[in-house]
Amino acid sequence: MKKWTAALSMFAVISSATAAMADITIGVSIATTGSAASLGIPEKNSLVFAPKTIAGQKVNFVVYDDASDTTTAVQNTKRLISEANVDLLIGPSTTPNALAMVELATEAKTPMISLASGKPIVVPIEKRKWIFKMTANDEIAVGAMVNHMVKSGVKTVAAIATDDPYGEAKLKPFAELTAKHGIKVLMVEKFKKTDTSATAQILKIMSAKPDAVFVVAAGTPSAMPHTALYERGYKGKVYQSDGAANSDFLRVGGKALEGGLVSASPVLVAEQLPKGYPNREEALKFAKAYEGKFGPRSTFASHMWDALKLVETAVPKALKKGKPGTPEFREALRDAIETAHVKGAYAVFNFSPTDHSGVDVTGIAMLKIVNGKWKLEDYAKFK
Amino acid sequence: MDSSIFLLLAQDALTNGAIYILLAMATILIFGVTRITFLPQGEFVSYGALTLATLQMGKVPGTVWLVLVLGVVAAIMEAFRLQRAGLSREIPVAVVKTLIPPLVVSGIGYVCAPLNLNLGLQVLLTIMIVTMLGPLVYRVAFRPIADASILNLLIAAVAVHFALVGLGLLFFGAEGVRTPAFSEAQINLGVLTITGQSIWIYVTSIAFIGLLAYFFGRTMYGKALRAVAFNRNGARLVGISPSLAGTLAFALAALIGCLSGILIGPITTIYYDSGFLIGLKGFVSAIVGGMASYPLAAGGALLVGFSESFSSFWLSAYKDVVVFTMIIPVLLWLSLRSVHFEEEE
Repeated sequence: MKKWTAALSMFAVISSATAAMADITIGVSIATTGSAASLGIPEKNSLVFAPKTIAGQKVNFVVYDDASDTTTAVQNTKRLISEANVDLLIGPSTTPNALAMVELATEAKTPMISLASGKPIVVPIEKRKWIFKMTANDEIAVGAMVNHMVKSGVKTVAAIATDDPYGEAKLKPFAELTAKHGIKVLMVEKFKKTDTSATAQILKIMSAKPDAVFVVAAGTPSAMPHTALYERGYKGKVYQSDGAANSDFLRVGGKALEGGLVSASPVLVAEQLPKGYPNREEALKFAKAYEGKFGPRSTFASHMWDALKLVETAVPKALKKGKPGTPEFREALRDAIETAHVKGAYAVFNFSPTDHSGVDVTGIAMLKIVNGKWKLEDYAKFK
Repeated sequence: MDSSIFLLLAQDALTNGAIYILLAMATILIFGVTRITFLPQGEFVSYGALTLATLQMGKVPGTVWLVLVLGVVAAIMEAFRLQRAGLSREIPVAVVKTLIPPLVVSGIGYVCAPLNLNLGLQVLLTIMIVTMLGPLVYRVAFRPIADASILNLLIAAVAVHFALVGLGLLFFGAEGVRTPAFSEAQINLGVLTITGQSIWIYVTSIAFIGLLAYFFGRTMYGKALRAVAFNRNGARLVGISPSLAGTLAFALAALIGCLSGILIGPITTIYYDSGFLIGLKGFVSAIVGGMASYPLAAGGALLVGFSESFSSFWLSAYKDVVVFTMIIPVLLWLSLRSVHFEEEE
């Protein structure tokens, strides 16, 4: 009897050892250089918090830079799938690159967790079986802003947007939601991220005297129209989209941004959230860990943090159904992600077969810029 | 559109136009003297603004190390060149001569960066560091192929552009900066508010045009540069060194670029890659001047500034299309008007 248990335990050790031989491989392709580097660099920073092992399995990360370039993103994906034989893809940072990678991941039946925000990444759902994203859909972000406009009695609004997919993605739900709430959009002006001045567009907007101006740009370029409004003495409300919400935007815009309103993840004001807000606890944990190492927190860093948390939740379930490196494991991992409920730092994610973004209205709050800092202005009702 | 909006747009156009004038002059200067279509001119603009911003934070800017590394590379190249020419005895002197200026500049930069000097001294420091980059870039990237065709030089310039943009990302990070204004003063003229910064831009632009006119018209070095621009071989025959002229032209171009960057830093956000588009607009202005005429290029720069400002007002989505489409009629007119001549060699 003793011999038999000894043999059995030997067998258990050996089999767990062979199982450990097949490590979990996660492929990461993000933009650490190029125009979207301000998104990719904090995302890469967060990778230091990646778990070394999950449920006793070693986890290997293969990290590539897509240089903010769509062709490179496609090449990276091909290499990750065929050479590194990854079980899961994380990335990319930007919507155009994500759309280019979606087909490849679907073809290879490899689950992909996008850090970019565009809604078409996970819609239509029947074509996006393998794709998930860690960000709120545009209509949730824009919806929070339009609700705030209604509450504060805004009747007319003008928009100034960058002429890129980011601007288009925000303007579409903006047009729909303002029409629904009876707010009149007077005009939509365009500018480029590299422009040296937005004075002309701002003059045109101000001559129409809107109650509010909506600035649509990702990152620091959103500061330029805002500054021009300030310099021309605009008295109405200025709204910024969620892409503006980072500390560099505050630094570049300086005092011109005072009183500006931004729809963004509550992670930025974790300390000010009421007790019991869905993502408060995890956001505080993330803020403490990230700021101890890299300086001010950023929502982009929280996307990677949450993606890793999602992986940690899903992998143990999937391991019961297959060995890493096999199609069965990838399939099981996809199924596990699709039913995962994760309390993340950016938001609470409730994935389901019909929703691969999983973020509800609590994922976006309205922030106000006061004394160069974020102040919680308004937040969604929560349970 | 009423008259006050017209005035405000014109003011915006003038401010941008003044910067394009400076950059167009630098582009023409380099093209004339070295035949290089120097696309990376804009990188000096972003390096200038970003170096100043880094100094403001009390950190040592990456450009200090770039000066040092390029200096060492230049010295090694110089040693190799002399050895291959069989002039080994001249190597020590040449190496020391090549190394000393970059060593001194980067040394001063390294020591002074954490001192939190006042704005004026930081500007001087920035100008010193970035201006030093000009001759070094010329020495390392262009002098060995100085006699290549215009097309080869253009390709080398494109390579330098990518290298400098990549290094810019490495040194300064992906995010933009705004540097403090030279003066917070404001003058109100009816609807117009003229900021102290835009006055600085106008004054610097005009002063620089005057200085360059004096330099080319009255000084020996300036005349030597003009001689090289006019006829390289002829200039060589009368004892003007084309490589010295190239070095001088690049130093001036880097100085102009750096100054432009420092001047627009407070009125717009500068990223590591913003220089390119600004430089390109200077380049378009230079093309309007036929890559040869300074006054025509200045007119071109104002044209670019005005069309940019007014097209942003009417057709903001097509602004850059309007600006860059301007090249086509200009090129057509230039090629119809001028006598076509074959490139030398």
